Amino acid sequence: MSQVTLNGAIKRYGEVQVIHGLDLAIDDGEFCVFVGPSGCGKSTLLRMVAGLEDTSSGTIQIGDRDVTRLDPAERGVAMVFQTYALYPHMTVEENMGFGLKMNRHPKAEIRAKVAEASRILKLDPYLKRKPAALSGGQRQRVSIGRAIVRGPEVFLFDEPLSNLDAELRVEMRVEIARLHKEIGATMIYVTHDQVEAMTLADKIVVLRAGHIEQVGAPMDLYRNPDNRFVAGFIGSPAMNFLPGTVTPQGVTVAGLDLTVPAPASARPGMAVDVGLRPEHLTVTQGGPLTVDLSESLGGVSYAHLVTPTGEKMVVEERGETRSRSGDRLGVSIAPEHVFFFDSETGARLR
Amino acid sequence: MSPVLQGFITIIVGVGGCVAYFYASNLILDKVIFPARHDDHGRNINRATMVRPWLFLFPAVFALGLYLVYPVVGSFVRSLYNRAGDEFIGFGNYSQMFSEEGFRTALLNNILWALVVPAGATFLGLLVAQLTDKLRWGNFAKSLIFMPMAISFVGASLIWKFVYANDPDIGIINALRDTMGMGPVDPMQIPFWNNFFLMVILIWIQTGFAMVILSAALRGIPEETIEAAIIDGANPFQIFFKIKVPQIMGTIVVVWTTITILVLKVFDIVYAMTGGNFDTEILPSYMMDYMFRDDGRATAVAFVIMIIVLPVMVWNIRQARKEMR
Repeated sequence: MSQVTLNGAIKRYGEVQVIHGLDLAIDDGEFCVFVGPSGCGKSTLLRMVAGLEDTSSGTIQIGDRDVTRLDPAERGVAMVFQTYALYPHMTVEENMGFGLKMNRHPKAEIRAKVAEASRILKLDPYLKRKPAALSGGQRQRVSIGRAIVRGPEVFLFDEPLSNLDAELRVEMRVEIARLHKEIGATMIYVTHDQVEAMTLADKIVVLRAGHIEQVGAPMDLYRNPDNRFVAGFIGSPAMNFLPGTVTPQGVTVAGLDLTVPAPASARPGMAVDVGLRPEHLTVTQGGPLTVDLSESLGGVSYAHLVTPTGEKMVVEERGETRSRSGDRLGVSIAPEHVFFFDSETGARLR
Repeated sequence: MSPVLQGFITIIVGVGGCVAYFYASNLILDKVIFPARHDDHGRNINRATMVRPWLFLFPAVFALGLYLVYPVVGSFVRSLYNRAGDEFIGFGNYSQMFSEEGFRTALLNNILWALVVPAGATFLGLLVAQLTDKLRWGNFAKSLIFMPMAISFVGASLIWKFVYANDPDIGIINALRDTMGMGPVDPMQIPFWNNFFLMVILIWIQTGFAMVILSAALRGIPEETIEAAIIDGANPFQIFFKIKVPQIMGTIVVVWTTITILVLKVFDIVYAMTGGNFDTEILPSYMMDYMFRDDGRATAVAFVIMIIVLPVMVWNIRQARKEMR
């Protein structure tokens, strides 16, 4: 069993605290993604699990062992780095076998394990090459292979696809998903890309400024965000937020001619942020909104709108009719798709 | 004329001369030799373009030829003449030299120097660079170790004369012997080993150089490769020898060969410390012995030194170029 458990994990650099007492349980065989904006502490948290950063207080458990004070090599983890971190002076084969060699495994065993990893990742033609003679995608595969060879309880990925071009990124994303299915080991994956998070994760951990904002399955976070930050972070393009006021009739959204039923916890007169996902809005011809510009992606297009009060919002359009710059539009939405957030705290109002 | 004015005029004449040369030579090329006129203007422009780089290279090639190539050839020719320079004796200087005990000692000593000093300085430099890398006072330690670089070889020799002094109140070696109740010795007179005492001086000077370059190289190693090795279970020694050193091997070779070339030029230390006595002669100091007395012999030694340095130099430049890429 190789579940990962964090209990009140804290990281301080001198006086500055960057990880604020996190509690988190990652199940055996789960694919867990840490996601958040730059500087939210997701990489630091991963490095704490790896043992590359000391944990200032709290504990980290892998399986039934408390690994908080163990060396990285003793934790049973393997890590894949954003920059691949291959040893440039070794061949692909030597790179992958290095960990076992350091731990004095017999040569025959090393060879067998390298061959197995090479088979899984289709690296056989490259085994004798040095990293410099490989493309970015191949290098990252070698880096993953090096992790597999060690047979770790937990795989750690630190933004592994960020250095690849867009096409390769999609390809490798699929490959990592396939790998997880094939190996079934616990994996922790750090990314700032919410598409990677949504497509790969069994469980997403949304982090901001060293705090966990919300933990859950991808679609749970999408359907049921706990606060404005998570709502804005999950989903692409991002949710629109418009200021609204709670009235006895419901919530009126400024500049939209839209009144929707108020949530139970809202008090009349309260200022709220109304969250509307671009894909839930339906466009009607003629209305208070002006089209600023329209981005067509083929199957869908995104119209960037400006409300009479100067707020900006994005609407998804499907089908053949596409709006153009300067068009006047209105929007409508089913009431169950509207989210409300407290303007001051950002908490979800249900 | 005041020196300031003199300097000023020199600058103006020099810079003006350069400008005039480039302007006039290009003008002559374009207007007189290959004018872009008449039927063959296209071909003339191409021809002019082919010649133009040589106009720019010429001053440098000329200066290098005059001050580097001519002296080399001149020295070689001089080495084929006798002491007075009026009789051609072929390779007489060389054959006589190789038959002499003194020259053979100098050659052997020089080989020892060329092996021990670069190895010692590079090894110590690497050690210091690694040990001071993460220390808070590492930079302070490094500046201390770098300081001897700023001392001239003669100055350094004078300092080490004190270290090796016979008087136990001055020399540290004899002070140590004195505390153990042993009589004073002169390290400069211990056969064979005195060479190594001299080499220590150059190692002391050159370690700073090796340290600075290797320290920069160590910092250039991607941190992730080291972290990956930590996770792979490598201990600090394995990380140093199997991950760090191989990644900076190119730089190590450049440092090593650079110091080797330097070693083959140093004569000051031997000259100041022993004057070449007690079998400590090396080729440059051997050459100095003959300079002004027998220029034929001295140039012959110079040529031997050049031939020894040449392959190291070629290798050094190759490695340095590889590093640049």
